[in-house]
Formats: sequence, structure tokens, C-alpha cells
Amino acid sequence: MAEIPDDEYILKTTSACAGCSIPLCLRYITKAAGPDTVLVIPACCTSVIQGLYPNTAVNIPIYNVAFASAAAVASGMSEAFRAAGKKTNVICFGGDGGTVDIGIQALSGALERGTDFLYICYDNEAYSNTGMQRSGATPLGAATTTTPTGKKEFKKDLDAIVNAHNPVYMATACSAYPVDLYNKVEKALSIPGPKFMHILAPCPPGWRYPSDKTVALGKLAVQSGMWVLYERENGKMSLTGASKAAAKKRIPVEDYLKAQGRFKTATKENVAELQQMVENNFKRIEKEVEGIC
Amino acid sequence: MYEIRLHSRGGQGGVTAAKILAHAASLDGKYSTATPLYGAERRGAPVVSFIRLDDKPIKVYSQVRNPDLVIVLDPGIMNMVDVLQGMKEGGEVLINSPNKPEMNGHRVYNIDLTGIALSLDLVVAGNPILNTPLLGALAKVGLVSRESVKKAISAAFSDERNATAALKAYEELVI
Amino acid sequence: MLNVGTGNKAVALAARDARPGVVAAYPITPQTEIVEEIANQVGAGNLDARYIPVESEHSAMAACIGVAATGTRTFTATSSHGLVYMCEMLHWAAGARLPIVMANANRALGPGWNIGSEHSDSLSMRDSGWLQVYASTVQEAYDATIIAFRIAENENVLLPVMINLDGFLLTHITQAFESVDPSGYLPDINTPHAIDINNPGGYGTLTANTEHFKFRHDIMKGMKNSVPIIERAEEEFAKQFGRKYGMTEDYMAEDAEVIIIAMGTLGKEMEVAVDKLREEGIKAGSVRVRWFRPFPDLKEKFEGKDLIVIDRDYSFGFGGILANELRAKTCCDPYSVIAGLGGQDVTYDDIAVFVRDRKPGEEFWFGVSE
Repeated sequence: MAEIPDDEYILKTTSACAGCSIPLCLRYITKAAGPDTVLVIPACCTSVIQGLYPNTAVNIPIYNVAFASAAAVASGMSEAFRAAGKKTNVICFGGDGGTVDIGIQALSGALERGTDFLYICYDNEAYSNTGMQRSGATPLGAATTTTPTGKKEFKKDLDAIVNAHNPVYMATACSAYPVDLYNKVEKALSIPGPKFMHILAPCPPGWRYPSDKTVALGKLAVQSGMWVLYERENGKMSLTGASKAAAKKRIPVEDYLKAQGRFKTATKENVAELQQMVENNFKRIEKEVEGIC
Repeated sequence: MYEIRLHSRGGQGGVTAAKILAHAASLDGKYSTATPLYGAERRGAPVVSFIRLDDKPIKVYSQVRNPDLVIVLDPGIMNMVDVLQGMKEGGEVLINSPNKPEMNGHRVYNIDLTGIALSLDLVVAGNPILNTPLLGALAKVGLVSRESVKKAISAAFSDERNATAALKAYEELVI
Repeated sequence: MLNVGTGNKAVALAARDARPGVVAAYPITPQTEIVEEIANQVGAGNLDARYIPVESEHSAMAACIGVAATGTRTFTATSSHGLVYMCEMLHWAAGARLPIVMANANRALGPGWNIGSEHSDSLSMRDSGWLQVYASTVQEAYDATIIAFRIAENENVLLPVMINLDGFLLTHITQAFESVDPSGYLPDINTPHAIDINNPGGYGTLTANTEHFKFRHDIMKGMKNSVPIIERAEEEFAKQFGRKYGMTEDYMAEDAEVIIIAMGTLGKEMEVAVDKLREEGIKAGSVRVRWFRPFPDLKEKFEGKDLIVIDRDYSFGFGGILANELRAKTCCDPYSVIAGLGGQDVTYDDIAVFVRDRKPGEEFWFGVSE
């Protein structure tokens, strides 16, 4: 197990919702990154969580920017730091809306240009900051304020899109497994070039579950295979942590869905389709891990 | 102020010729401007450039309406464009042609720029280079000095055949 | 050093001579030559800068924001749809008080597609907190770009500056111009609020309605401060390099009874019209507005004169934008001429006709109105 530093960069004064997984993620990300780091934040829950001017709950520089612009701002920042001979980590930390939807062009551009930065998408599967509207990352069957009868489409495969850019390192994580998250951030930042991480970040008000169940929900997601922990280094994929076990034996997807209010509208067909999606996904992953595709 | 309108086709180097002419004139100590008139630019389409020369700063940016000199790099263009439109009384024409056509009584200088370019194998992407021999011809007409033309050409192109082409045109043009 | 080149080339060489650390840009007609020339200068080793070939104009300005946030000098260029596409980030750059310098090739907005000159692009960004200057010659485009860095980076301004040049008319015209070594004119950039990992803070943090207006008030002060700073920067430029500029360029305006007002290349062409009108016995003069933001104080200059304003732009539902600004700032009611939209050709003869046929208080669309 990794030595997690005692240093704290996320102070105990965030304005997050009770039970929010995001400060937990930020805490471990900043512990792994250390103080020579700038966070670039597009419009997202973290715009609020960091605190209200003149206060900040983040003890490293945190640069807030417009919704669609995070990866591009990070591009400029990274080039400027490198031009000045500085090694300062530039980490974008954006929600799923700012990444899979409005921010995907800037992300694609920054990845393609080989920008030396780490882009982290924390995915709570909706526009949570504006009160739970659907995003491209909302799963099939989930009710949001703009899909009151449940989303009719599958979640956008962000990782496949990012993978098509051949980043030097990409990984998934989940707030329920902070050590796995810590290790991946640490590894990502040790490699120059474009890195990407995708973190599942359960959201109590949005997913409609009790605030004390955030870690339990994350675990259910991974144990059911609805979320897979892996990393891909120079194109080579490997499963990590609890997903190694989930690859062999999983709990039914329904166990994960029924723990949340947002899937109340999901039909039997939705549940079956999601279960099938998980099965197909693992078949594909198995082949990739074995190097067959 | 002396005003020139240059007719060419996209890819013939008319726009570059206008720039080099403006450069050469400024080396002579004159004020000069060169402006391409852009539409949807594409290879082979008619293109117009404007050049102005003066002893005092040039403040005019609008199109040349009444040219003192019209240059025609491609005589075929005359089937599509009235190259003599708005010509000043006493205005002159310089045309890339081995023959001297009659042009409404205007004085016509003719010179086979294409022939000069081909004789030196001065061809880029299938197009004979017309702009550098043109500069030689314009020096002969007396718009710019030979020395300035030579300098402006060498600033624009490293291939020495361009200067040779200009010299050849200077010698061939009959005034 | 004497150069002969286009307005675009002059801007690119000025950007080179100002020594930015990072340039981020996206091509668009008629500005593309700036982007290409800077890439050439970096490639040839004449400019020791990093060049970010971004995937859009929105990202161009976003990247410049990232660069400037670290306290590094930066530059970009755009035009028309590119400028409007980066609109959101223009506001962000000014709000974040970042001294970014940008050239804008003034071009019409579609539909239909038109690449000709028009000021509607930059004037629609007039309230974004950017300083705006309009050039009329290749030399002025070069000089204004150098001067812009000095003004933007002044600690009492710290606002971005946009240098505007008429698409094609100025971006593509070849003229002689002198380039300079501005190292003694431009001090090293020193951004007081640059990101400092030893002094971490939140930038652009959520700001409540009890605080937000204070930041807007600060921008207002920066813009106000810029007036004497522009004057000093231009005086110092004249002292070092011999070329003098001002908030406006006036031509035979002092004893004039009728004054023509315009921006950009029309502001030069109209001087030829003034000469023609004077020959006819009409006491004409002209005032070319160079700085549109901050807007010059022209009240005294225009007192009791007949004014003709030529707008290469329009605010639908209100009128010519420059004419409107003058109405608001001087209480004059000019003859408002809308001319040159989308590269419409306007000659000095046309301008002389505007003056002869002027109807104070009325609006005239060149080529449309009877």
C-alpha cells in the first residue's frame, strides 16, 4: 500500500453537499500531486465546492475558467510553465458536462497536441451543479430533471474517445477507492505528455441515495461492473483493484440500480440492456487485457 | 500618383508581381502600395491587383478606377474581363504576348513573358513564372530602376534564374 | 530596419519583436498570414517562443489566458467569426485582468459568407473590457502592436488590447514600414497577480452580489487609467522611434467647418477627400478615431462643427456605432453614413459626395439610399 502523505491541500471548509464524493477525490489528487500544482477548473460542482470569495478551501493555486475552455487554458499554462523551465503540474479537474459535452473539443485539441498535463473528469453522470439535468454521461434509464421518465440513450463512451487520441497514460478510478486513485494520479504525473483520468463520483442529491452511502454506492458500481477500474499505459491496458475480482464474478447490475432513486423509472428492458452492456464490456476488456485486440 | 491595374489568373503570380513592384519602387525612394483584390481565390480564376506609386505618402485604399497602366499577364482573360475599363486618357497597356494587339488606340507594350520563363525552364507546379520577367519589362518602361528590381527579386526568390528572366525581358522589350 | 510587406506581416513582426513567451493562434481569412508568419519566425529561430496551434479561436483565447495567468507575455490574432467565437473568453481575459495583446483583421460576419472588411466584429465586442485601437497604415499596425504591450502590461491598466486592421485593405496591402528593437521600450512583463505556487490563491472564484460589482468597478478604473498611460506610451514611442500617434489623428480639423470622422483605412482615404473639398472652397477637415476603447474626449473639438460620420458597421435598431458613440459623448447630431460594409469599395470621391450632400441628423446607406 502506498504511503499517503499527511499534507492536506483541501481544507475542511468546502461548500460541498453533505456526502459529496468530490472533496474526497480532490483530497487524494492533491496529496498525490503536491504543492507544485495548479488546478484548472471549468464551470462544475467544484466551482462551488472550493468556497466563496474571498475564501478558498484549496491550498494550492486554483484557476477557474469558462465552461468549454479548461483543457485549452491548461495548454497555455503548461506551455508557459515549460517555457519558463518550471515543472509545475497542470491538472484540469472538470465534471462530466464540461468534459464529455461542452468541453470535449478543447480536450481533444489539447490531447492531440501532446500537451503536458493531466485532465481529470469527475463523473457524477449529470449536470449536477445546475440541479441534475442530463449529460452525455448520464446512463440509460436514469431520471434527471430533463429526462424525467429516464434517459433513452446509453452513456457516451468518453474513454474510447480519449483512447483514440493515444494519451501516454489514461486510467479510471472511483471515489470509493481512494488509494487506487492516489496511485494513479501519482503515476500519471510522473509521465510527461497528455494524461487522462476518469473518476466515477457518486452524487447523493443527484442519484437520490442517503448522504452516508457515497462510498457504498461507489463500491456497488465497481462490484457490479457498471464502473471498471483500469489503467492504460502506452496503450497497454490492465485492470486494477476491485475490478480484477469483478472481471471474474460480479453482483447483478440491479443491486447497484435499486440503491438509487434515479433509476426508479428504469424499465425491465433498461435493466437487461445495462446488464448486457456490462457483459459485453468485460468481454471486450478481457480481450484487450490479453492483447488480442 | 501613378496607378496600375494588373490582370492575371490565380496561380500566375500576379499578386506577387505587384508586391515585388511595390518593393522595388520603395527601394527607388518612392512611396508605393500593392493590393490584391480578393474574391473567392482559386487557381485559374481572374485576379486583379492594384499598384500605386507616388512621391508622397499614399492615403488611398480604394480600388484603382482609372489606371495609368494596365498589365495583362494572360491575354485569354480579355474574353472575360474588360481590361480597358476606366483607362485614363493616354493610359498604356503592357501585355504578355508575342504580338501587339490594337487596344482602343492606347499605347501597347508587348512582350512574350511566357516564352522567356519557358526558355529558362522557370516553371513552378506547371505554371511558367511570369512575375520576375514582368519586373524587368516594367524597369524598361521606366517605372522602376533596374537595380531596385534586381534587389527586390533577390529578396523574394533565391533562384537566380529569376533575375536572369528579368534581365532578358528588359532587353527584349521594344519601347 | 526597413521592411516592405503587408499589414499582416507587420503585425507578425511586431509580435516577434515584442518577444512573447508563448503564442496560441488559429488561422482565419484574412488574418492567416499573421499566424503563418509567426510560425515561420518561431521555426526559423528568430522568436524563442512556444507556439500552440489550437483547434479553435475559443481555445486560442483560452490558451492565451492560461499563458498570461502565469505571468508570461502572449499574443494571438483573429478575425470576424473567430473573434465572435472567442467572445466568452474575451470577457474572461479582461475580467481576469490579463494583459493579452491580439490583432483582429476586421471582417464582415455571415451569412452570406463575406471576407471583406467591416468593423462589426470588433465593435460587437466593445463592452468586453478590451482596449481597442484601429490602424490605418502598415506602419501604424506595426507600431500599435508594440505600443499595445506596454499599455496592456502597465500595472495601472492590466487589461487586454485589440489592434484592429481592415481585412484585405490593410492586412493584404504591401507598404514599406520600419521595424524597431523595442527592448528599451517594453520593460519585462511583471504581472502582480500571476500564479505563484508559493502564495497559492483562488482565481475567478465564486463571487457574491456583495462583491462582484467591486471587480467591475476595478475594470472601469483600469480603463480610465489607460487614457494617460496610452498618451505616455505613445509619447515615449515618438521619443524613441520618431513616430507620433494620439487618441485621434486630425487632418486640417482645427479651422474646419465640416469634419469627417471614420476609423481604419477610410480614415486615411478621407484625408484625400478633404484636400479635394478644400480646393472647392469647402472648409473640410477629418478626425480619424484611433482608440475606440477608451473612447476619446471630442466634445470641444467638435463644438459648432458639421459632422459626417462614416460607419463601416451597424447596430441594428439603433444606427451606425461610431455615430452613436459620438452622439452620446458630444451631443452632436451628425450625418451618419453607413459605407464599406463587407468590403464595399468607398473612394475619396464618394466621401467628398457625402460631405457635399450632407443632411445633419439623417442616416445614409451608401449604395442603397437615394
